[in-house]
Amino acid sequence: MKTFVGIDLGSTTTKAIVLDADETVLGRGITNSRSNYGIAAEVAKQEAFLDARFFLFRQLLKRLPALKNDLEEFLNNFEQDFRLEQYLEQLTELERICVKNCGDDRLGKDGAETRSLLAAVFRQLNDEAPGLYEPGSSRKSDFFRDIAGSQYSHASESHSQDSRISFESMLNVFDRSIIEVENRIGGGADEAKFMSALDRTCRRSNIFTALRDDLRAPLASVLATEFEETYVIGTGYGRATLPFSKEHIRSEILCHGLGAHIMHPKTATVLDIGGQDTKAIQVDPNGIVESFQMNDRCAAGCGRYLGYIADEMNLGLHELGPMAMKSTRKVRINSTCTVFAGAELRDRLSMGEKREDIVSGLHRAIILRAMSILSRSGGIRDQFTFTGGVAKNEAAVAVLKELARENYGEVQMNVNPDSIYTGALGAATFAQRVIVH
Amino acid sequence: MNTAAKEQSTVQKEQSMVLQKEMINANYEALATAHEDGKKISSTFVPGNLNELLMCFDFVRNLPEINALQAGMRKKSGGYIMEAERSGHSEDVCTYVKSDLGMMAKGQVGPNGMPLPTPDILLLSYTGCFTFMKWFELVRDQYDCETAMLHVPYQADGKITDNMRNFVVTQIKEQVIPALERVSGVKFDIDRLREYLKESAKAEEDLVWVLQSAKNRPSPIDAYFGGVYYCGPIFTAFRGSKATTDYYRALRAEVEARIRQGLGPVTPEGVLDEERIRLVVEGPPNWTHFRDFWKMFYDEGAVVVASSYTKVGGVYDFGFRHDPEHPIESLADYCLGCYTNHSLPARVNMLCNYMEEYSADGFLNNSIKSCNSFSAGQLLMLREIEERTGKPAGFIETDLVDPRYFSPANVKNRLESYFQMIEQKKARGDARTAA
Repeated sequence: MKTFVGIDLGSTTTKAIVLDADETVLGRGITNSRSNYGIAAEVAKQEAFLDARFFLFRQLLKRLPALKNDLEEFLNNFEQDFRLEQYLEQLTELERICVKNCGDDRLGKDGAETRSLLAAVFRQLNDEAPGLYEPGSSRKSDFFRDIAGSQYSHASESHSQDSRISFESMLNVFDRSIIEVENRIGGGADEAKFMSALDRTCRRSNIFTALRDDLRAPLASVLATEFEETYVIGTGYGRATLPFSKEHIRSEILCHGLGAHIMHPKTATVLDIGGQDTKAIQVDPNGIVESFQMNDRCAAGCGRYLGYIADEMNLGLHELGPMAMKSTRKVRINSTCTVFAGAELRDRLSMGEKREDIVSGLHRAIILRAMSILSRSGGIRDQFTFTGGVAKNEAAVAVLKELARENYGEVQMNVNPDSIYTGALGAATFAQRVIVH
Repeated sequence: MNTAAKEQSTVQKEQSMVLQKEMINANYEALATAHEDGKKISSTFVPGNLNELLMCFDFVRNLPEINALQAGMRKKSGGYIMEAERSGHSEDVCTYVKSDLGMMAKGQVGPNGMPLPTPDILLLSYTGCFTFMKWFELVRDQYDCETAMLHVPYQADGKITDNMRNFVVTQIKEQVIPALERVSGVKFDIDRLREYLKESAKAEEDLVWVLQSAKNRPSPIDAYFGGVYYCGPIFTAFRGSKATTDYYRALRAEVEARIRQGLGPVTPEGVLDEERIRLVVEGPPNWTHFRDFWKMFYDEGAVVVASSYTKVGGVYDFGFRHDPEHPIESLADYCLGCYTNHSLPARVNMLCNYMEEYSADGFLNNSIKSCNSFSAGQLLMLREIEERTGKPAGFIETDLVDPRYFSPANVKNRLESYFQMIEQKKARGDARTAA
């Protein structure tokens, strides 16, 4: 099967999109960018191809009358079970590397005790794993580093209380080992994981159990599908480090412009707030970029700023928006300097301001900065599409809507649930157009 | 050979560049020994400089902006600027000023490592940049020398009136010339001035020819990165000299040869093979990363066919020439006509015309962080030019000589995006034409 791949290497996350020859999105993949863009690109692409198999499986299952009413439930369970299989595989690998890093040559007499503690910790992590992937469960992050890190930290803390080995020593072992697991490109054996996941899902209900053989055949056919990477285009800040030739690279401005157009064809203005830059782009009715403005060399007010704030508050990035939405009072914050973010926060807290009001003020500050970049690019025109990681933040969206209306009147504002993939979608579309058109 | 030396030896240069380097070095040498040689030194700015007049009094001419940009290119300005900041000049002050003040504070050693003696007179022809006035106020305080001030009225309505011209002429006659006579001890000789102006006019003719050669396809020159070299002698201590006339004659011959052979501009890595994008650029270049900055253009086949910065020391392409028949009046017209003395609408008109006359694909604005006189209104200009020409406009931000203000990744990212945007639009235009 011919496929067209777009990869967007952001400073925080790397995203990939796989299209077929008709510009249908087959799969999306995302991973943290690490310090290695090459690996991040490969992992994101693999994830997108895995997602493409889910897509194709769904298409085949739609034709299975017996599953008609339970299709969504089945697929949700199946995907969770597949993620669980992936997680378990990575846990096994992590344990192996942790043990390797606790050899007697490194830790001397503490080695044996550390390894025994690790065994207990990983037993607990394996036991807890299915609960993390129960249907309907929510996770703070989908990245292995974050999930395993959090679980490992809790388990190590409790196990190390009765041990001579300190909690900090256990964390050191994790820190030394996680990069190696994270930088491993795919565990392979996807077919086995898909089949194990199918078995797990089928055990969940009698209906699925009864359909097991009917489900295996289409899954086997999907797994047998060969994807041909017909053309790949890379974009984003790390694009220059990709092992691609120049024709396979497009600027993220063009990719975001086209991606936003594909998602919302009437898009005229695009605002993208990513990890380290904010872009305001004006596009014509075909998604061709007419003009753009970006923040200068300072990344104040970009996504990373929210990241620092979340760290300072010991929250997950995704928890900031909901917290800001609880605000009842406007707190004016002028600085969007990432370096001073912590100081600003502590200063306001010491003045007795509520956390939710401060966080709301911080959101407003970054959107005000984005408004300045928007006005420099030519303002907001109808329709207005907001993309990038920050578009997932409901508080940022709410402030942007309010300020857009105040300054430019009523415009339709689009925030796509897949907005984080906008750049990758644009890149994949460019890839498809290179060949097909 | 170390890497830097190796790179240096492989950099491609036009013969005229070598010639120019010799002229600049000779001038620094003359400045270093001026007082021992019994000569006086003048300090003056590029826009509206009265070089021919200063030559009439045998002054060795020093130009602080040129020292600052030379310090930038030789990686010395960063230290000078920090020195100036230590003595209380804020981060936002023009970095030419801070480089100059820092250089003075660090012992007044010129960019070539030779001493730069205290000037005997500061001639301030104030054209369009208010900072010049403050700069010389600071410098005067430091040097404690005589200052001659020439007020040049701003061309707010886009034209030079008789009143404006008379105002400048009167000042030159009644204040500037007497001050120069007093300090130099040389009596003013108008015929000597006429001789110099004759040479200026010849050189100006050739400079215009060279700059307008960019109308060819491919353009034989880069009118920004190469252009700043081309306008060097005529904008600084050399206009009016025979050496300058010879320099422009040689430069013209070089460019003529390139046109005959259908060659593009000479970049530090050799002749550009393929001209893919033609640009008009507004704003000064960055000097601290000049070669890296240029590379971001020529690597993408982008050639600058016209620029406003090559007009700051005189706008010659609309017909103005120094005129030996009306020497003082033409000095006045020259000062009044410098690019920085033009109003925003006049600058917009000029740039729109360049877009058309030079068949440019896009308009790029290099906004300078610490230069308010250039940067104020640039976004408005950009919008207007974009609207009037229908050509894509781009905006980048760098600085003159503060290395901290040049973020290569950011500038490269924007430039690449901008060039791809131009090519995308061009491709669409070509497809429409073909259809």
